[in-house]
Amino acid sequence: MKRLMIANEAIARGAYEAGVKVVSSYPGTPSTEITEFISKYDGIHAEWAPNEKVALEVSIGASIAGARAMSCMKHVGVNVAADPLFTASYTGVNGGLVLVVADDPAMHSSQNEQDSRFYARSAHVPMLEPADSLEAKNYVKLAFDLSEQYDTPVMIRLTTRIAHSQSLVTEEPRIEIELKEYKKDVNKFVMMPAMARGRHRVVEERERQLRSDLENNKININRVEYRDKRVGVVCAGAPYQYVKEVTNASIFKLGMVYPIPVKQIFEFAKNVDELIVIEELEPFIEDHLKANGIECSGKSITGLQGELSTGVIMEKYLGQKRVMPMGDLPSRPPVMCAGCPHRSVFYALNRLKCTVTGDIGCYSLGANYPLNAVDVVLCMGASIGMAHGFDKAKSEKSKNLVAVIGDSTFVHSGITGIINAVYNNGSSTTIILDNSTTGMTGHQENPTTGKNIKGEPANKLNLELLLKACGVQHVVVVDAYDITAVQKAVKEETAKDEVSVIIARRPCALLNRQYPKPYYVAQDKCKKCKACLQIGCPAIENLENKSVRINPELCVGCGVCTQLCKFNSILQEV
Amino acid sequence: MKLDILIVGVGGQGTLLASRVLGEIAVLLGLDCKLNEIHGMSQRGGSVVTHVRMGNEVFSPTILEGNADYIIAFEKLEALRWSYYLKEKGKIIVNNQKILPMPVILGKQDYPKNVVGNMKKTHIVLDVNAISIAKEINNPRAVNIILLGVFCALENIDIELGLKAILKYVKPQFHESNIIAFKKGYDIGGQYL
Repeated sequence: MKRLMIANEAIARGAYEAGVKVVSSYPGTPSTEITEFISKYDGIHAEWAPNEKVALEVSIGASIAGARAMSCMKHVGVNVAADPLFTASYTGVNGGLVLVVADDPAMHSSQNEQDSRFYARSAHVPMLEPADSLEAKNYVKLAFDLSEQYDTPVMIRLTTRIAHSQSLVTEEPRIEIELKEYKKDVNKFVMMPAMARGRHRVVEERERQLRSDLENNKININRVEYRDKRVGVVCAGAPYQYVKEVTNASIFKLGMVYPIPVKQIFEFAKNVDELIVIEELEPFIEDHLKANGIECSGKSITGLQGELSTGVIMEKYLGQKRVMPMGDLPSRPPVMCAGCPHRSVFYALNRLKCTVTGDIGCYSLGANYPLNAVDVVLCMGASIGMAHGFDKAKSEKSKNLVAVIGDSTFVHSGITGIINAVYNNGSSTTIILDNSTTGMTGHQENPTTGKNIKGEPANKLNLELLLKACGVQHVVVVDAYDITAVQKAVKEETAKDEVSVIIARRPCALLNRQYPKPYYVAQDKCKKCKACLQIGCPAIENLENKSVRINPELCVGCGVCTQLCKFNSILQEV
Repeated sequence: MKLDILIVGVGGQGTLLASRVLGEIAVLLGLDCKLNEIHGMSQRGGSVVTHVRMGNEVFSPTILEGNADYIIAFEKLEALRWSYYLKEKGKIIVNNQKILPMPVILGKQDYPKNVVGNMKKTHIVLDVNAISIAKEINNPRAVNIILLGVFCALENIDIELGLKAILKYVKPQFHESNIIAFKKGYDIGGQYL
């Protein structure tokens, strides 16, 4: 039976059908749902690791032990996992090993637009890229077969549009695969220089063989669709669908985006008048073809940034006029939710005129108007290292500087930053916004929540004890909603000459939706000073008649705004 | 049948459920279908859009601007924002609800005036007071099902088929109120025919 599923669910289904035994991942849009769907299947150990490096190491271990294993992450997660990835390419596998990476062209939910295909090339591992959900499922199964056949990790690349698009998938039964026997083999698995030199030769030979098999159609994943032969387009993934829909060009559809079958594309090019590569982000395929002497164009037409779409191809390639959005409408950027415990902390930091090194999560929204509280956001865990750098640069700003990081992000890669600051005699102050969940990606459990991916009880990481063990002398816990308490703690801790951590604790407002009664503005008491608007709550509205109203459909009764009203005009409904 | 439908609203309003029901309707009609959803940052109160495409064979998961047959809008400003996706004589089914975006809340920009009236000058607009109906039937989350009812009536989709698709995605304790919601929407849609 056919069923609609997003490609992320189809990847999970494919892994299940391929007999995968261990899946370890870290959440990150647009990859998160893969591992969530996998956790619903019996017979698979699925887990959230604290970060992508650990996740991939777990999968590598499971693979060497003889199981089929997989890790899933967003593009920037591969930066974290790159260390084990590059050397796992040398060791090869025992049970099949697949790494799924989801790129985010146009940065719907990311801090950069990096192109993961370069990882496949520089680590010398094959990479498959599906163009819809059914291909996603089939490619996972193929990836496990290729991994075992060629003794290599295999990467699968998705982009946001494919990861989060539903299309029809036929479900098939799971193949139960016995654990392969593990045999000790130091020349293969112990990567010291003497052995690694030998393995590097194996990697080269493996890639040569794979390329040759691809050119000779022993790996059946690429295909040619001849239509109008005046133009031939080389493409993969989402761009294939766009090209197919709005042009009549002949298509060389890559299912494997690394290695690239140069000889086959050369033959294709001979059969068309003009060759164009249509790909998102970097000119990965285009440069490779040009380096091999195949004349083509690509990025000069489509550009390097953002996503492609049927509209973009109509405009940039076919030269047709595109219907454009209306200008001058009020924008609707994402905001912290009503009742979000981060808001009050950022309000406090704004009032104290702190310099804030921020981090990755919902709380990066603290940079937006009217809170304007964040100075810099870089990557997971960077807030703490950067704060220490400000401190050691003896910046004037460092006297009133805090690092702000969420609970899951702290465990991901903030802990080492804290150890560094303590070890190197730092004096920075860090606020851990502990909202008991991984918020932005849709509420995944993490080591601090006391539950595993299935919601079952798990060992709970105690942040206070961890920080003490790291040597942090000053650990203060405050209620994130209490603006006065947050301000007091920040003033006291930033004044100290040692490393301090303030844990601002309060669960995410979307977790337990048993809300107290909403608040309202008593119009007879309100002096229209608008102080309450400065907290940027979506439930507090500035009306056209200059008065302020709290929208009862949005207010969740957190009461934080009452702390801003000097006239006691914000009252709770009874 | 070939239909391109854009579902728009504000993150958190339940647009994803509406698109999944439409996808199920396509499956029940034996059509090919693709849906494109938005997950991640925009779900935190941002402008969200879901593309639903059905037909004999669908390639792109997103709709070409100026080609949508319908826009189902959960909020008025979002209806206006995405209306450029609509083809000539395309229809907008809009929930008559206003959710103020942050620039308006903070008094930096004004919420556009007479949104529905202005859209009516260039498009076919079905202005539905779905939020009030949803409250009347004691299920304020049923706005999406009411709007889907309107859509199904306009497209002459069998009411039983529509209900079958809905009940697959709605928890059993909400079946009754969603059946009522769907039928209310279906009646409203029928009046426009």
